[in-house]
Amino acid sequence: MTKPLQRGQVGRSARRLEGRAKVTGRAEYVHNLRLPGMLYGKIFRSTVAHGRIRRIDVRAAQAMAGVERVVTGEDLHAVIPNPYYGPAFHDQPILALEKVRYAGEPVAVVLAADPHVAEEAAQLITAEYDELPAVFDEVEAASSAAIVHEVLKPAGIFPDLKHLEGRKNTNVALDFHLRRGDVEAGFAAADRIFEHSFRTQQVMHTPLEPMVSVADAGASAITIHTASQSPSFVRIEIARLLGWPENRVRVKVPYLGGGFGAKLYIKLEALVAALSLLVRRPVKVALTMEEQFFTITKHAATLRIKSGVAADGRIVARRCDVWWNGGAYADVGPRVTQKSGFTAAGPYDIENVHIESYAVYTNLPPAGALRGFGIPQLVWAYESHTDLIARALGLDPLEFRRKNILREGRPQATGTIMRDAAIEAVLDRLAQRMKWREPFDRGSGTLRRGRGLGIGFKASIAPTTSVAIITIAADGSCVLYSSTVDMGQGSDTAMAQIAAEVLDLPAEAIRVVHPDTDVTPYDMATLGSRSTYHMGNAVKRAAEDARDKLAALAAELGLPPGSNLPWPELFRRKYGMQAGNIVGVGSFIPSYASPDHDTGLTANATPFWMIGGAGAEVEIDTETGAVRVTKLVNVADAGTPINPAIVETQLSGGAIMQLGFTLSEEMQFRDGQLTNASLADYKIPGFHDLPTAMESAAVEAQEHGGPFGAKGVGESGTFGVSPAIANAIDDAVGVRLSALPLTAEAVWRALGEKRGEA
Amino acid sequence: MAEGARTIRFTLNGRQVAAEIGTHETLVEILQQRFDLFGARESCGQGLCGCCTVIVDGAAVSGCLYLAAFADGAAVETIEHLGDGGTLDPLQEAFIETGAFQCGFCTPGMILMARQLLDEQPEPSDDDIRHYMSGNLCRCGAYPEIIAAVKLAARKRKGAASG
Repeated sequence: MTKPLQRGQVGRSARRLEGRAKVTGRAEYVHNLRLPGMLYGKIFRSTVAHGRIRRIDVRAAQAMAGVERVVTGEDLHAVIPNPYYGPAFHDQPILALEKVRYAGEPVAVVLAADPHVAEEAAQLITAEYDELPAVFDEVEAASSAAIVHEVLKPAGIFPDLKHLEGRKNTNVALDFHLRRGDVEAGFAAADRIFEHSFRTQQVMHTPLEPMVSVADAGASAITIHTASQSPSFVRIEIARLLGWPENRVRVKVPYLGGGFGAKLYIKLEALVAALSLLVRRPVKVALTMEEQFFTITKHAATLRIKSGVAADGRIVARRCDVWWNGGAYADVGPRVTQKSGFTAAGPYDIENVHIESYAVYTNLPPAGALRGFGIPQLVWAYESHTDLIARALGLDPLEFRRKNILREGRPQATGTIMRDAAIEAVLDRLAQRMKWREPFDRGSGTLRRGRGLGIGFKASIAPTTSVAIITIAADGSCVLYSSTVDMGQGSDTAMAQIAAEVLDLPAEAIRVVHPDTDVTPYDMATLGSRSTYHMGNAVKRAAEDARDKLAALAAELGLPPGSNLPWPELFRRKYGMQAGNIVGVGSFIPSYASPDHDTGLTANATPFWMIGGAGAEVEIDTETGAVRVTKLVNVADAGTPINPAIVETQLSGGAIMQLGFTLSEEMQFRDGQLTNASLADYKIPGFHDLPTAMESAAVEAQEHGGPFGAKGVGESGTFGVSPAIANAIDDAVGVRLSALPLTAEAVWRALGEKRGEA
Repeated sequence: MAEGARTIRFTLNGRQVAAEIGTHETLVEILQQRFDLFGARESCGQGLCGCCTVIVDGAAVSGCLYLAAFADGAAVETIEHLGDGGTLDPLQEAFIETGAFQCGFCTPGMILMARQLLDEQPEPSDDDIRHYMSGNLCRCGAYPEIIAAVKLAARKRKGAASG
């Protein structure tokens, strides 16, 4: 059903529906929840990176006054026979069994009514391990004799992982290959060959609300209150672990204090469920900020990229080899490996492409999705590489990109034709906002200035399903039931605007019910910038269904088509009083074709493309290496925004987060031991780290498959930031950094090497 | 009650209250567990992020480090005191109008710290705001909007004062 934009609910910068609750401190988070009789769990963690568990001594902890129970992995078998979970592999034990695979892995839990008692008792637990050889580097791990998992155990959900079932003596949890054209022939025919290697560091999402879950188990049903981005997945996975039908597992999610991909799939939910079943009391586990570093992180990666360039400046062949450091458990790493593998060669029109992308187990904290599903790591590599080529050829980096960019209607590396992908428009707007063609002050003395660009793109995760329900009460008021989680991105407001547009109501009049799997229908998860497109379409269909049913009711009552009798009057005439409901239902799953296993090619890789570009101006102090970002411009293709103000804050928020991953954040390990697991030693951006000037904008665009022309934007702001800054540093002082983060020390050392002082 | 328990009496959001506390308990724990006030919340646990900001005797403190015992006899104010009569504080209005939050977890701390800034400096510059607020972190990166909100609130307060 198509309808022109006319009512004005979509496309306006409506204020967030939950604004008042958030500014008065009254918004509901799982942290606020206390249940009668509730116990608090505190986790005892592994001190070694890889080892067989010889003995866990819980006697002193168990003997402490106020301790209800101490639970180890073996105890969980009583309630969950096979306590391994995971979205791609069933490889992660709820508490360590037989082996520990990283320093910081949960080994035991103390339960007590007083969290201070639980914490103190957890410190009385001791464990002995027979240490095993450990491996930390992703490239080394791909061929190491140190094996993290003896046998690979794919979850069976994804067809491209089935061939890994039962595989032994390997740390490679997925190998994705893409072959387009003949890359060797392309290199042979090229005028120049360029080859570079890049690395990205392991970082952490750092949501300010640390992960927290509460379980309340009865004899035949369990309720889990959790700060989760994926309530439907939690329900299905807990039901699988317990061997129960889905309808005995209820998962409720209020607001989240940030997610960014950290709070996906199973994190604490299986643990609290098992504990609550064991002790038959409600159990809450709330992590500290420190513990979050041992729970889920963003993949470190090694990326090698080789390009053949023709004499006319066209890139004719590109090979990319990417190793993703997945840590000790796969989490969603194999998805990151495959989905990002689609676009590892960048938003360029290249005839011959060869991509190898490996998910690799190591003995580090697990890695999963973080605002981009691997894309920011790839863009870091290919946009640094692109800039290096342009410099070597003496071409303007903007013009070199323009010459090679993927244009509408052209096939991307997978063979999928680019549609509704405003790559060129994003590049043009970036150049305009950066005043790229105007003279630029390059600084002098010990303060040198430079500027750089970076542009990336992403295939949305597919295929995934969203379902929405809209009810109209007999007084005409409207409720939207959706399992999309509002973790700060403003989905409540955007979804209400979509429903309001169809139903001709003010968005503010619609009540949005938060995820409760007893009430709200299935949604794959709030991840990968998928909600606006997928849930947005489902909400639109549910609203249209409700509208059609209202029209049918009017017809049934003998009213002429187009009658504008108020809805309450319709109900009164039908039911004789204020009674009854209209229930509209909508579901959405886009079409998708799995890539061929051997070639990685597919005619339909994604329902929509996300495009994000950044331009940076920097000022470098050549005496200290300090990098100051004086200007940061972010431009994205968000389709036609549902709420322009929220889109802009998503872009600038994403870019600021990526600034941290670019300039300061890095999890530092020594022999597998994390040495900076606190905000004192792990620096996330604050007010002083903001660029002096910052601009964010969405280009005029339309996504034909999206609700009212919209598409997702939660990750686009992160794509171009890191390479734009590295390219600007090179532009300013002539040194090239190939590893993140771009710290003052790294710049200072590179300047020293350039002067021959290394 | 555990060893070291004592009773403290203080003013909480304008009301006289008392609580039985352990000497190890922090102000944030007491506010949440004894008084059901969840606006001040622990995040980093080290006094570095500002999510736990509480006003004690007119000065912002990190409630996750501030021992509850020290609040004995003090006047304690939390975010819940602002706007509890139904009318929002100009800062709360400004945060809504400029969209100066995303997930909202840091928001109460931001608002309390910004109010202290405006009390000291009614017309702060961007640099004043960045400097004064540098102990408050927002992982969603709503910093540009927060700066805009503080400036808008300054104008609102000035308008109210002169009007």
